[in-house]
Amino acid sequence: MSAEVLSAVDTPVDGRPTKLVDHFALGLNAPICLTWELTYACNLACVHCLSSSGRRDPSELSTAECQAVIDEFERMQVFYVNIGGGEPTVRSDFWELLDYAIDHHVGVKFSTNGVKLDAAAARRLAATDYVDVQISVDGASADVNDAVRGGGSFGTAIRAMENLAAAGFTGFKISVVVTRQNAGQLDAFKALADRYDAQLRLTRLRPSGRGADVWADLHPTADQQRELYRWLVANGEGVLTGDSFFHLSGLGDPLPGLNLCGAGRVVCLIDPIGDVYACPFTIHEQFLAGNVRSPGGFATVWRDSELFASLRRPDSGGTCSSCSMFDACRGGCMAAKFFTGLPLDGPDPECVQGYGEAALAARTPGTAGTAPKPTGDHSHRGPVRGQATGPVPVLLMTRRPDRACDENPLAGLPTS
Amino acid sequence: MTASFDPELAYRLHRQAELRDEQFGALAYHFGTRRLSFLKAPILVDVVRALADSASVHAALRRCGVPQAQRPAILQALAGLADSQLIEVHEGARL
Repeated sequence: MSAEVLSAVDTPVDGRPTKLVDHFALGLNAPICLTWELTYACNLACVHCLSSSGRRDPSELSTAECQAVIDEFERMQVFYVNIGGGEPTVRSDFWELLDYAIDHHVGVKFSTNGVKLDAAAARRLAATDYVDVQISVDGASADVNDAVRGGGSFGTAIRAMENLAAAGFTGFKISVVVTRQNAGQLDAFKALADRYDAQLRLTRLRPSGRGADVWADLHPTADQQRELYRWLVANGEGVLTGDSFFHLSGLGDPLPGLNLCGAGRVVCLIDPIGDVYACPFTIHEQFLAGNVRSPGGFATVWRDSELFASLRRPDSGGTCSSCSMFDACRGGCMAAKFFTGLPLDGPDPECVQGYGEAALAARTPGTAGTAPKPTGDHSHRGPVRGQATGPVPVLLMTRRPDRACDENPLAGLPTS
Repeated sequence: MTASFDPELAYRLHRQAELRDEQFGALAYHFGTRRLSFLKAPILVDVVRALADSASVHAALRRCGVPQAQRPAILQALAGLADSQLIEVHEGARL
């Protein structure tokens, strides 16, 4: 969920405070946190990419189709969208679409790895109202970042930050997915944001897209989750979280934000080919609500899709409903459960009570690798052009040596 | 809560803000501050919409037929909206 929701001012007038979640159960006329991925093309190949991006899809929305979607946002009063990808700025019509959205009363925050944010682009952004920029890094140092995002990507992001700061664009976001490898760098991330008069945004690693392949090795340990929770409480609303750590609320007081899964209720995703999913982390046919190209467009999908209607019905909480922490975390993240092969009405894999670990361990042996796979895969098939070294995550070897006495360390590995 | 909210003055929806009707009332969004607010009562939404054509906040309350008993809560909510710049003083209002 977006930063904007975190700053919601609740204005009850009848003296009976009603939980916002009860209002959302009725469904909103339009989403309040809409992510729109403009392209699957990307100059990077991050190991944990939530949308398995890399190569452009030939049926991505055209400029005219994108403009028609923006017209619809204006009619529906979708006040702002979070634009991502892929790398949205590699679309040749990116700047045209940005201007079109702002001219049509749709504010934009876009996520980028910084590849196109040269000095001129930074000046242009600084001179544009109602646009916000979010630069992704996954390490506070080049070694930690580049192991996940690829060689040179830290330098690219820092150059973009320097260009924005030099152009006078303050308050841009530095967006970090918290991993086992960078969880010890939270203070360094905060210092990085302070250096550029930017705002730090931390979000949760989900096993979505290529993230499914690395989640077991990259997701923070239970100790790191507790430390992260303490750090978030200590830093308060000065650090944005996209409301993504509500599964940690059982550790103490709730974190700022709505503390519920907003999928299909306040959140949705439009992907580059116009498919509408319940949230950015659920690119799978089970969470596909419709397509903006169909009759009635996005508004009809949002208001009438059966999937969204079912997500807006109150859920029983399943096996979690008897837990004393259920009101705090409400069972956690749907995507995290789904892509780790856990039932949706059970605990989150990172449940702070430890029920998730138990559920992961209880999966039928041999099925860990058969958790649902994302519907589309646009990953690069080989080395990424212009990138000297791809990401090289430090992963635990899960394959057993062929024989204990093998002398050749390459035994059993492909040698070509 | 702002000390500067004065219900004797004319107010209006901030020029950079918009309202979107919802079943529970309305969402208000300020494009400059990027803040979103939930107006959780239809009567409050009516009052906010009536502000621009009213000589004062009190006049807007009368116009919308807000019962006396509800006025303190509505005024408090409006002060909160003024504090987050969703409504602003209507300078030069000729009403």
